[in-house]
Amino acid sequence: MAVISFIDAITMAMREEMRRDPNVFILGEDVGVRGGVFRATNGLIDEFGEERVIDTPLAESAIVGVGIGAAAYGMRPIAEIQFADFIMPAVNQIVSEAAKMRYRSNNDWNCPLTIRAPFGGGVHGALYHSQSVEAMFTNIPGLKVVAPSTPYDAKGLLKAAIRDEDPVLFFEHKRCYRLIKGEVPEHDYVLPIGKADVKREGTDITVISYGLALHFCLQAAEKLAQEGISAHVLDLRTLYPLDKEAIAEAASKTGKVLIVHEDNKEGGVGGEVAAIVAEHCLFDLDAPIKRLCGPDVPAMPYSPPMEKFFMLNPDKVLEAMRELANF
Amino acid sequence: MTTKRHEQVGLTDAQVLDMYYYMLLARKIDERQWLLNRAGKVPFVISCQGQEAAQVGAAFALETDKDFLCPYYRDLGLVLVFGQTARDCMLSAFAKAEDPNSGGRQMPGHFGGKKYNILTGSSPVTTQVPHAVGMALAGKMQNKDFVVYTSFGEGSSNQGDFHEGANFAGVHKLPVIFFCENNKYAISVPLKKQLACESVADRALGYGFPGVSVDGNDPIEVYRVMKEAVDRARRGEGATLIEAVMYRLVPHSSDDDDRVYRTREEVEEAKKKDPLIVFAAYLREIGLLDENTEADMLARVQLEVDEATEYAENAPYPTPESTLTHVYGN
Repeated sequence: MAVISFIDAITMAMREEMRRDPNVFILGEDVGVRGGVFRATNGLIDEFGEERVIDTPLAESAIVGVGIGAAAYGMRPIAEIQFADFIMPAVNQIVSEAAKMRYRSNNDWNCPLTIRAPFGGGVHGALYHSQSVEAMFTNIPGLKVVAPSTPYDAKGLLKAAIRDEDPVLFFEHKRCYRLIKGEVPEHDYVLPIGKADVKREGTDITVISYGLALHFCLQAAEKLAQEGISAHVLDLRTLYPLDKEAIAEAASKTGKVLIVHEDNKEGGVGGEVAAIVAEHCLFDLDAPIKRLCGPDVPAMPYSPPMEKFFMLNPDKVLEAMRELANF
Repeated sequence: MTTKRHEQVGLTDAQVLDMYYYMLLARKIDERQWLLNRAGKVPFVISCQGQEAAQVGAAFALETDKDFLCPYYRDLGLVLVFGQTARDCMLSAFAKAEDPNSGGRQMPGHFGGKKYNILTGSSPVTTQVPHAVGMALAGKMQNKDFVVYTSFGEGSSNQGDFHEGANFAGVHKLPVIFFCENNKYAISVPLKKQLACESVADRALGYGFPGVSVDGNDPIEVYRVMKEAVDRARRGEGATLIEAVMYRLVPHSSDDDDRVYRTREEVEEAKKKDPLIVFAAYLREIGLLDENTEADMLARVQLEVDEATEYAENAPYPTPESTLTHVYGN
């Protein structure tokens, strides 16, 4: 099996889906000859032409809104939002339209649209190229929110998103694009949306995370193992709807839960995860639920020491894990 | 003998009589809904009154079994031509399970229905405009020759989605008709506080396609400019913006009181140009309508509205538990 980067897995998923289904097409800013500012659509215009890899005008609401119209008609659009930070003009289209089309039409219409958006920091992107905006979309029934952490998951989940009959918001941590590599089969496979995945089996503490932070958790778990502490690591993979069973099962397994995400703490996905644990398995716990998250400031600053302060890293996670293990 | 203006634009006698029938049906359904609202039987009405000529004139230029609609909440006349019935409208007004738009989930005026080629719509205004562009893009990709019609008010022509959608359609030369029903008021705010340009149609210049302003009280004129736009679109020559100028004869909705922002004199003046009165006068003038035919048509419409009202009032509501269905398909 070939070892490829996270971003190559994204490209591979789109290429395979476009070959499989002529209704799949891409629209977004700079996705054509430029191949996307991150190169996620690199080479796709050469294979599929500008009719299926559409450089749109610079207008996010139209990128999503036009995608919605095409999806309702029966196409399978993949709309790229260049940075998750720039999704805000399209929120009305995502929340009021895509997410509600099936429900409001009593199942007459649906919207099989995939919206891809690179999120997260650690790339000197400052306030408006670093944000984690997922929590804004994780209480919108009708919408699915996916955030894979590995190349294998990225390919399988993106293909699932494209084939899904409902709108899927697909967040890709931009720091993962070239940093994270992994084995990815070249054959066709899809992974189920709505299912979390145990990335490391353990017995002493449970760590629940997603995106880039998940890798920090795995690295910290490796170090912690040398200290004789065994960490169980659950990758949420889908942020809405959450895999409640997997969360409760992972929490019950060790009785100690640490939730880690780069997004700021208050109102973040971790709060909902903690509520699920509290609701379903409070009496299995041996320690208060702990959260390690980005600070509650508006966004990530540009200056390197400030960015570093904001960002999580394996050491910060290790410390939190050790503290919880010793509770 | 008076000139038959409708023949000059390619409409037959039968077609203009049909047009009048749809305008009358829309008006009578609308009036009945107000009565039902004031009687406490339906919670909400949003009106088409004063806009029927533009809606019906536009609809007649489209092919109902092929073209698509992304309408806005006042488009009762339009959706009737596309096959919705008085019964459908009343089922929606009473929020009953059989409502084809939404199964009673949405307020009236939120038209939709695959079988009618009408995309489901929402309440935040103008979101339907990019959808129309997307449908047209899909049609172009699949080599279909349908046209997509989307409508909105003049206030909505200020929304980003109008601009973004129109610009996209202009760049990609898509077969979309942007149809602005300029009824002079965005709820309470008059035209002069909405637009600095002379006409909504002027805005087309910025998108690289034609913009036409037309008397929205005249269904024949509306048909004529629509037909040209539809033909252009079908020939692959791209989009058109049409502004139909008319007057909203009633308050914004059943919850509005228009006395606080416009004079009765102004409304009375506008009523003299009520498209139903003007069009009926034309049909009488050319000998297509006389007392008997008019009475027959009115009786037919009244019967339809009566039957629809009775049916809808007695129809079952959706079950409470059905609130939980159709969030996702799988």
